[in-house]
Amino acid sequence: MKRSSIVGAIVPPLVAVLGAMAATSLVIAVSGGSAVDFVATIFSVPNERVLITIINQSAMLSLSAFAAAICFRMGLFNIGVEGQYTVGACAGAFFAGSGLVPGPLNILVTLVVAMLAGAGYALIAALLKVGRGVSEVISAIMLNYIALTMAGYLVARYGETSGYTYVTAEIPPSSQPLGFNLFPNAPGDVWALSTLAVIVGVGYWFLMSRTRFGFDLRATGESTSAALASGVSVGRMVLIVMALSGAVAGLVWMPAFFGSVHSFGPPENFQAGLGFTGLAVALLGRNRTIGIFVGAVLFAFLAGQSNALQQEGIAKEVVDITQGIVVLAVVVAYAVVGRRRAQAEQERVARQLDAEREGVSA
Amino acid sequence: MTSIDLEARGIGKRFPGVVANHDVSLHIRPGRVHALIGENGAGKSTLMKILYGVQAPDDGTIVVDGDPVTFATPTDAIAAGIGMVFQHFMLADNLTVLENIVLGAEKRHGIGGAARQRITEISGRFGFGLDPDDLVETLGVADRQRVEILKVLYRGARLIILDEPTAVLVPQEVDALFANLRELVADGCSVLFISHKLDEVLAIADDITVMRQGTTVGTADPATATKHQLAELMVGSELPSPQTSESTVTDDVVLELRDVVVTDDAGRDRLSDISLTVHRGEVVGIAGVEGNGQSELVEVVMGMRRCRSGSIHLDAEDTTRLRTRGVRERGVGFIPEDRHRHGLVLDYPLWENRILGHQTRRPSVRRGLINRAGARADAQRIVEEFDVRTPGIDTTARALSGGNQQKFIVGREMSGEPRLLIASHPTRGVDVGAQAAIWEHIRAARRQGLGVLLISADLDELIGLSDRLEVILRGRLTARFDPAQVTASDLGQAMTGGRDA
Repeated sequence: MKRSSIVGAIVPPLVAVLGAMAATSLVIAVSGGSAVDFVATIFSVPNERVLITIINQSAMLSLSAFAAAICFRMGLFNIGVEGQYTVGACAGAFFAGSGLVPGPLNILVTLVVAMLAGAGYALIAALLKVGRGVSEVISAIMLNYIALTMAGYLVARYGETSGYTYVTAEIPPSSQPLGFNLFPNAPGDVWALSTLAVIVGVGYWFLMSRTRFGFDLRATGESTSAALASGVSVGRMVLIVMALSGAVAGLVWMPAFFGSVHSFGPPENFQAGLGFTGLAVALLGRNRTIGIFVGAVLFAFLAGQSNALQQEGIAKEVVDITQGIVVLAVVVAYAVVGRRRAQAEQERVARQLDAEREGVSA
Repeated sequence: MTSIDLEARGIGKRFPGVVANHDVSLHIRPGRVHALIGENGAGKSTLMKILYGVQAPDDGTIVVDGDPVTFATPTDAIAAGIGMVFQHFMLADNLTVLENIVLGAEKRHGIGGAARQRITEISGRFGFGLDPDDLVETLGVADRQRVEILKVLYRGARLIILDEPTAVLVPQEVDALFANLRELVADGCSVLFISHKLDEVLAIADDITVMRQGTTVGTADPATATKHQLAELMVGSELPSPQTSESTVTDDVVLELRDVVVTDDAGRDRLSDISLTVHRGEVVGIAGVEGNGQSELVEVVMGMRRCRSGSIHLDAEDTTRLRTRGVRERGVGFIPEDRHRHGLVLDYPLWENRILGHQTRRPSVRRGLINRAGARADAQRIVEEFDVRTPGIDTTARALSGGNQQKFIVGREMSGEPRLLIASHPTRGVDVGAQAAIWEHIRAARRQGLGVLLISADLDELIGLSDRLEVILRGRLTARFDPAQVTASDLGQAMTGGRDA
């Protein structure tokens, strides 16, 4: 990679993070809090427990971001990741809890079930788009609500009571994978299935940059008309890509499910919101593999550090402001850098060709 | 009413890699129709955009009524009394004539009775015959054009720039437009009429300025000038003559269309009973006024559009139901009409653009995986063989000039030994050098046995390259000519369907 493009990839997010921290500090200062405490707390070294949380949350966020990025690269806005992973989590949890498949194999089959459920749910929006021209954004937003409500209903109808709420049956102990115990003295593990994020990340990179399918997908995103003329069947691609995105979305909550929660039952035994945050992480990482990992870690880091803010008398929700501004600033910064770069390239080409021409005529 | 007198002196405009205008001078006198003629790519559009304030000139001055002016935006130009009617209309179909006209100019006469009165008055004075309450979607092309002209008059324009206004009109409508224009100049307006149709220019213009290769090369008096003289001014003395030498036509049919019918979403026929064959080593040229079914013909052959009835065969194989990818895999190269929309992914480097359209074939792709080395090496080959002027294959397509983009597309589409090439306006908007190179490549491939279906609006190209000419008119193939014998006037009559013309 050329030096200028590395700088172009790193400077905008750095500026965005600093800008977002400054803006958040300003908000805190204006509302009578201590901006110094805020910055000090966020940039303090996380303790072991928080570190483990950051790793696990990064994994789930990057899975969600990859699900979104698959669609973004084709110019589709799959805002339905939220609903797809809810459906995937619900279907996976029912299946895993049933104990139909024994032992560790249960984990594998459950992942497949969750992916199929997520894919199937995403296909509803995709079919509506291809068949009826319904915007995938509108239908997917509606499907998000339906997903959570439906999951709640199913759990209440077919699940078990646990205290005041309903949950699915717990996974049999033989199907509970061991995590990675990074810090013997700290509570909690890095979940075994957090490694899924790495696997999906590598797969995403390979698919996008090395396969024909990835080329077709990206070309469609860059110019649908050119892709059509080159022989891409765009309608078919929408179906496949949405289903693939939904399948990855189906995996989002699986690390937490197998790693610690072991049953599904919103709101306690489920972490909602990962789908929406994943969209932001994908934007932040410009849909690039490394970018998504970095973005996911950044968001997980901010969220992880925010708990300690309460001890300083600052509401932990202020990091939502930081996260929001980071995304906004990064989108703007990349647009500016991108335009500059295109212009610079055109000028360079023109200069070089002019020089050549003069060389020839001289 | 006031008139304006506009003079452009020594206008220059450079874009990266291209000098679009240099030393352009033009004097539009009040109450005259001033025609600006020149080939595609001669720099007419750039000049027009400068006069209308869309782009700022790098050199030179614009003088209105003796005072130098600068237009930062079209708003400034409108304020100075300059109005522009674009070739592609900018009207909201679901609004009425009145609503379209007042949109954005609500401050002039409001949106009610005063506006209606003013519109009726202008329409009546110049014989436009428009009803302010008609919905635009119910109007035909000629009426829409009148709405556009009315729009600029309503905004107080005294100089109206018309960009190829007759391109979309049938002959009677052209006559009606000219009648309207005469009313306008009689009233003291001036008109800048941009065209490359010499007959029309001689019929309507009071003054003529000719552009070639970015500059004004001369003026002519329509009273004395002949078409021949104008043509010579437009193309210069050394016209690259696209003469096909000996015939290489064989008896093997590469492409055969039988009774192909294509209908649009509304169920109207866009192509009716098209039967056409292309042989190995043959170039079949399709002549016609744009919008008579050329795009549909290309799309149906390329599998981008379904035919309602009829069949398409490539060699002996029935490919009627094949999609674009299947058609391409069978060795069909495709030079699309609009290279930016269909030919390239502008933000991709050249080597990735090499893959486009060849996603299932070597050397770019092997067993579903992108072969970077193969694609890069072949992109490099194209750059060298087709003389694509670029710093390298990692340069994005966007950074290249139009001619170089087109040479790259031609090179790509001739890769992998295609048996059929669908070439839609292969040299539109490219410079003369690139045009000659592209013609030479098409001729060379034809000698190797390539069949070519050539769609073009450039009669020199059609006559010079084709072994056979078919004329398309309202979705039908209506006439067939031998390019060695056909005259421009025969062809012109067939293309417009005007036997009495």
